[in-house]
Amino acid sequence: MTATLERVDVARTAPAKGRSRARARHRLTVLALMAPATLGFALFFGYPLVATIGFSFTKYDLINAPEWVGWENYAYMFSDKLFRTAVYNTLWFVVVLTAARVVFALGVASVIARLKSGVGLVRTLCYLPSLAPPVAATLVFFLVMRPNEGPLDAFLGWFGVDGPLWFADPVWAKPGIAAVVLWVSGDLMIIILAAILDVPQEQYEAAELDGAGPVRRWWHVTLPTISPVLVFGVVNSIILALQLFTQAVVAGSAASGSADVTGSTKVLGFPENSTLTFPMWLYTQGFRYFDMGYAAAMATVLFVISFAATALLVQRMRRASHQEER
Amino acid sequence: MRKLHRATLLCVAAAVSLTACAAGSGERADQSGPAAAPGKDDTFSLTVWSNYSGREQDEVTKALESFKQEFPHAEIKHEGSQDDDKITAGIRGGNPPDVALSFTTDNIGQFCSSGSFQDLKPYIARDNVDLGQITDAVRAYTEYKGNRCAMPMLSDVYGLYYNKDMLAEAGITAPPKTTAELLDFAKRTTKRAADGSIEVAGFLPSMPYYANNPQIWAPHFGAKWEDAQGKSGLASPEWAEMLRFQKELVDFYGYDALERFRAGLGQQYSTDHAFHQRKIAMMIDGEYRTAFLQDQAPDVRFATAPFPTSKPELHGTAFTAGTIMGIPKGAKNPGAAWELIKHLSFDTTAIVDLANGIKNIPSTKAALTDPRLEVDENFKTFIDLATSDKLQGNPVTPIGDAHIKAISDFATSWQAGKVPDLMAGLEEVDQQIDDRVAKSGK
Repeated sequence: MTATLERVDVARTAPAKGRSRARARHRLTVLALMAPATLGFALFFGYPLVATIGFSFTKYDLINAPEWVGWENYAYMFSDKLFRTAVYNTLWFVVVLTAARVVFALGVASVIARLKSGVGLVRTLCYLPSLAPPVAATLVFFLVMRPNEGPLDAFLGWFGVDGPLWFADPVWAKPGIAAVVLWVSGDLMIIILAAILDVPQEQYEAAELDGAGPVRRWWHVTLPTISPVLVFGVVNSIILALQLFTQAVVAGSAASGSADVTGSTKVLGFPENSTLTFPMWLYTQGFRYFDMGYAAAMATVLFVISFAATALLVQRMRRASHQEER
Repeated sequence: MRKLHRATLLCVAAAVSLTACAAGSGERADQSGPAAAPGKDDTFSLTVWSNYSGREQDEVTKALESFKQEFPHAEIKHEGSQDDDKITAGIRGGNPPDVALSFTTDNIGQFCSSGSFQDLKPYIARDNVDLGQITDAVRAYTEYKGNRCAMPMLSDVYGLYYNKDMLAEAGITAPPKTTAELLDFAKRTTKRAADGSIEVAGFLPSMPYYANNPQIWAPHFGAKWEDAQGKSGLASPEWAEMLRFQKELVDFYGYDALERFRAGLGQQYSTDHAFHQRKIAMMIDGEYRTAFLQDQAPDVRFATAPFPTSKPELHGTAFTAGTIMGIPKGAKNPGAAWELIKHLSFDTTAIVDLANGIKNIPSTKAALTDPRLEVDENFKTFIDLATSDKLQGNPVTPIGDAHIKAISDFATSWQAGKVPDLMAGLEEVDQQIDDRVAKSGK
């Protein structure tokens, strides 16, 4: 019995060893090829993420060694009035900007896709603003929408309309910033346009034969086919809204008359903190109030929320897309 | 078991990360004694970071170069456009300048308490430096709880600017001395269009706007930042009086009309400034505005005076803040850095030349009275305010300007009519500030 077993083992072990060696070699090759990317990911994403989570449990002024404070920074969020304001403002941008940006880019791309002539020129004109630096784009909008002085106010005046104060009005400041971001959405428009032009022509012809008009063709053919690109557009817009910083800082500073005053946090969020976004408040905590522990806690919360929102959205969209395919 | 391994790995990673970062940040600055001063003939180089740019940077470079009269073989590299973020990053990265100049007086509490700037007391004691040469208010905003980690490099003093033609047109022959007069004159110099919109505002009470910041206004109402217990003391009759004064003027203009008028005004440091454009008749601003007006709006006939006060006994009160200089933690040549700071803080010729160059107020008593200081009628107002014993410095806290933002936000809401109970609102602001100071643990 024993001898038989040994024979069998020997018979099985030789090729198995060879296979496992080959597998190990293969694994090593894979690991070696993945090493640069893995190292980069670990260094530039993994390490900062773990460090940020670690700092969020400390009192840390950027100069001295961090001191462990447990959940204190997280608890402070509940008594920080401007934390709530910043959360509200950022959620406003997430909802409004995501919807507006995707609809706007989809609308413009759909129109361009149907143009018979001048496509290149229109496409270039629509894409061009996205090349403008955010600071310059915001200042242009500030000057155009400047009450009493700007061309938009003069234009509205011809029709007897008293324009709003835009960036100087707590109600209109956020829509004003959203307009700036929409204006520079040419990159998303180009991506969606490429997806629309990629829809197989036969599908349109088949739908047409079935009696579908332009609207039904767009709804039942174009939209389902480009849905993965739209999911990308939604996720990309959510992340962009969650990280909104430059446009809000520039618009607030210019409207408060202190665009040329460096380092002033007193006017951040002007007017009445209506443009104070989550990243702005986070930055202020860390680099103006020297409370990097609290800033790290805010960053952790932002990460968890964006991760959860994106994962949920992608999962829902995938499920919806599978149902559509069935 | 596998889960346990993963958790352990994560903990180890977190610990390693924190240790690495903590190592990067270093230990608290521990200055056991002053670094030796360089010899007169030694060759050494110093790096100076400041936030100056353009013409002002050139003037400061000239002042720095005057250090060579004492140390002929010194080489000074002056790098402009360096804000506090860069200074902090330099300290953290182990590559700070030898001398850092900061515009953000609000950060002195953090600089001193964290050890970002080294304690200068050992140097002051060794060299028998008489700090009494510096005015009290300026001394106050360059130290925190007895820790002197910075010295002043010139200062700004704030007063009233008024357009002489506009006041004369309204039949006013002398600038206002009390806030009651300011209110009256503001109303008389205001001009409205037929549709009720504002064409010229006598005085803008909006806060924060231009130099309308709470720390600049507070001394004129006798308002203090702290109570007797050292807690935030904004829920006081003086702060309430200041805010009521603002609200009365806002109500005179009408909040919506005022906001529409303000939204169309130019930037604070541009040629479009409302005072340059004759859109406001009076304002509070620093002495530097005299140079801006002479340069950018030479046709505007203006004069200066002490800012009006709520009580006659406060007349002559003014707010001051200014550029601060320190030796950052980890500076390579602290001994020579101190010599340069001492030169810029106490050498009367260097201070006077720089003050003439960038039109700021000297921070030592000797320089304030030096005959070489270029003082015209308008600038003299600020020199007089600077030598007055009523001068008040910037409030010093360990929380940057969080306290100023808290009261500025409140003033904005109050002016917009969104605060039903003024004193209750101020108590809430006090609580916010106290909570933040407590959280800082300093």
